[in-house]
Amino acid sequence: MTELICTVCPMGCRVRVEQDEAELIITGNRCPRGLTYAREEITAPKRVLTAVVQMAGGDRMLPAKTMTAIPKEKIFPAMEEIKAITVRPPVTISQVLIEDLAGTGVPFVATGTILSDEESVNKDG
Amino acid sequence: MLKTKEVDLVVVGAGPAGMAAAVAAAEAGVEEIVLLERQAELGGILPQCIHNGFGLRFFKEELTGPEYAHRFMLELTKHPGIKVKTAAMVVTITPERQVVTTSAAEGLVCYQARAVILAMGCRERPRGAINIPGTRPAGVYTAGSLQYLMNIEGFLPGRTAVILGSGDIGLIMARRLTLEGVQVKAVLELMPYSNGLSRNVVQCLEDFQIPLYLSHTVTAIYGEKRVEKVRMAPVDANLKPVEEKGFDLDCDTLVLSVGLIPENELSLQADVELDPATGGPVVDSFYHTTTEGIFACGNVAHVHDVVDDVSTESALAGQMAAAYLRGELKTDRWLAVKAGRNIRSVVPQRIMVGQATPLYIRAAFPEKNALLHVGQGESKQRVVSPGETIYYTVKPEELPAADGFVEVSLEGGEG
Repeated sequence: MTELICTVCPMGCRVRVEQDEAELIITGNRCPRGLTYAREEITAPKRVLTAVVQMAGGDRMLPAKTMTAIPKEKIFPAMEEIKAITVRPPVTISQVLIEDLAGTGVPFVATGTILSDEESVNKDG
Repeated sequence: MLKTKEVDLVVVGAGPAGMAAAVAAAEAGVEEIVLLERQAELGGILPQCIHNGFGLRFFKEELTGPEYAHRFMLELTKHPGIKVKTAAMVVTITPERQVVTTSAAEGLVCYQARAVILAMGCRERPRGAINIPGTRPAGVYTAGSLQYLMNIEGFLPGRTAVILGSGDIGLIMARRLTLEGVQVKAVLELMPYSNGLSRNVVQCLEDFQIPLYLSHTVTAIYGEKRVEKVRMAPVDANLKPVEEKGFDLDCDTLVLSVGLIPENELSLQADVELDPATGGPVVDSFYHTTTEGIFACGNVAHVHDVVDDVSTESALAGQMAAAYLRGELKTDRWLAVKAGRNIRSVVPQRIMVGQATPLYIRAAFPEKNALLHVGQGESKQRVVSPGETIYYTVKPEELPAADGFVEVSLEGGEG
């Protein structure tokens, strides 16, 4: 038996996974997302990757994330691609920055909006 | 001569708490709201919290910090009655609800508010608060300021890091540093258990094989211009370092994640009573403080595990401030909470009779299979830990009939 802590949300359910012949028996989850998580975590673990991206000419970073979870072993190759790019403003929230991140088929999207180089300067004076 | 402007409601701080409170008050019909923020940007800590895991309870979807803040910024723009003032520092709040601000744009302004919501949040405990001996070199950061430097400004602090404290920000920064190529040699935790959410221990440390040393602390910092190494040692049952078992770790960066303190200097000016257990104002079920017309919500009231709870609580505070302004809030019939066995803190500290009140309860130490008692109410708790909030909504019929207090306790637990 393996005990996992479900990381889908901050609830931190302690999920038990038992192998019964070909079947996985999963208990302790408080919602259906816990079932999917435990099955995946045992067979093919995935994570949402978040990072920041360099902006051309700007002095602040753009936050971004993978649209969905990517295989755990792809995290470091993905970081290499993310560090190599520079994005030109304006960028708006949800804009795709990389179509297919590290061959995962998952897009890398902006989670913030940066309109211009001067955007970090206070608009209200 | 100081300009005085009369307004219905002033909200101090435009982080997640202040934004949610202002929006909820506007939706509940408050016409004139001034939302004051000392930073140039709205959102408080959220813009630098680029990781995901926000919003599952409040929006029923998983968001990053900047996305979560964005939702509320959009809400704010829908309410013309909310006047947002950024780069405006509040310097004084009186018990009579005069709020004095200073800003480059408008100079000194005094708002005479009919109601005030305190939403100033909290700040980090620095090195000075935990008295680590040694030299004072560059390379010692609190986790939150490092998060700002890395995620907003794009600086890397060093090459090899040690993190003291396993609170959520420390765990999140262990992962951030690792992803950016910094070697995180160890996360040290003074207590025998982690103070962070379990999911963060899994996703931030175990995923990257970063060692977590429980019951360990940093006993000295070495280095002249720059951190060169730290000395760490296990601690005994009284949390005192066992020096002879100490050893050195080479590193150029020490990150401190050693707790958050609600920022209540302004609350004290307004004669608001603070609870030593939370460090925040004593509030009732309506998040009304002990000063007439002044409410408090979010991390200024008590440090929350998740921002979703801040939004829920602050929206309630906003609605209650609106009810107060309509003259509909009765704040006189309440029972004080008494913390019993294994209870560190309970918010609200005053429970109004005749209505259900959601409670945020923190245990004093970890244990398994305990029974939570709240007045006549009971709830089984499989695992409790000071790092994770216990939620319980106390129903009116579970409160004692007589006036006095409501006891909250955890009973019959196992280590």
